[in-house]
Amino acid sequence: MDPKLILLTIAGMALVTYLPRMLPALALSSRRLSPWAERWLSHVPAAVLSALLVPSLLAPEGHVQASWDNLFLWAALPCFVLALKTKSFFGVVALGLGLVAGARLFL
Amino acid sequence: MGSVRTLPAAGPWPEILSGMRQALPIVLGYVPVGFAYGVLALKAGLPAIPAALMSMIVFAGSAQFIAVGLLAVGAPALTVILTTFVVNLRHLLMSAAMAPHLRQWSRPGVAWFCFQLTDETFALHATRFARGPMSRAETLAVNATAQTAWVGGSILGILCGGLIGDVKPLGLDFALPAMFLALLAGQLGSRPRIATALAAACFSLLFLTLGWGPWGVIAACVLGATFGSGVESWTRS
Repeated sequence: MDPKLILLTIAGMALVTYLPRMLPALALSSRRLSPWAERWLSHVPAAVLSALLVPSLLAPEGHVQASWDNLFLWAALPCFVLALKTKSFFGVVALGLGLVAGARLFL
Repeated sequence: MGSVRTLPAAGPWPEILSGMRQALPIVLGYVPVGFAYGVLALKAGLPAIPAALMSMIVFAGSAQFIAVGLLAVGAPALTVILTTFVVNLRHLLMSAAMAPHLRQWSRPGVAWFCFQLTDETFALHATRFARGPMSRAETLAVNATAQTAWVGGSILGILCGGLIGDVKPLGLDFALPAMFLALLAGQLGSRPRIATALAAACFSLLFLTLGWGPWGVIAACVLGATFGSGVESWTRS
């Protein structure tokens, strides 16, 4: 591929990635929103986290896979319990890494 | 002597260090994934400098993997750019959700903050901002640390891709899911939020099964947030 075309492609990718990241925040941060809009936006983090996380656990290869050999799913259960009980961010990550590494080492 | 000794002002460093510390789970996840990207980019025939440049100015994990795959099979530039656009369009929602927390920020400040808005930094900031106003230095330090890890991991992969085989035995591929899990648990403080998360999860799995790709994630977020805020309005009245 022509080096110039590669650079142009990457510049284009940067632009189309940046605009959706920036425009809503820039347009909305300077004005008051209606209460229902604020309420809706306050639900977006939970929706985004759940919509991204749950398929990565239940369907790591693109199809729903709730079986014994789905390591991420089994590691996620104790992590989730710990997260709900302690809210300790680092504890959950450490437990998750330990469980997955341990399972790969010993199972 | 009546003079009062005061400690020299610490400046923004405590806040910057705190931001770097908070970004640590992202670092654990980004370095190995960035590494994998670097290895793959070179294998796909992308030269080293453009491969690293992509991590610096695009900074979007899944889109970079897809773009490298497309470039490898000789896809036209426009196809690569349009695919990147669709894959990254979900950030519209995250950017909008950040807006109410950025009221006190200058416009260049918002523009810079958004350059480093990824799934992972968004997830972390949504949780941080929910606790109250956050310092700008700390917030930007989180972002800068995350991007440094991503670019650093990419460059390591580009430089020594052939040397190191597999990072899987360390379990590092579970760092980002574990972090999302912890952040999601923190979001589930009320029944309407739980409704949002359950609805988004169900729709996301449904659309995945239907093969909707990135559109499915966006639709699941919109439907989940609408359902949950509907539940909230209904239980209040």
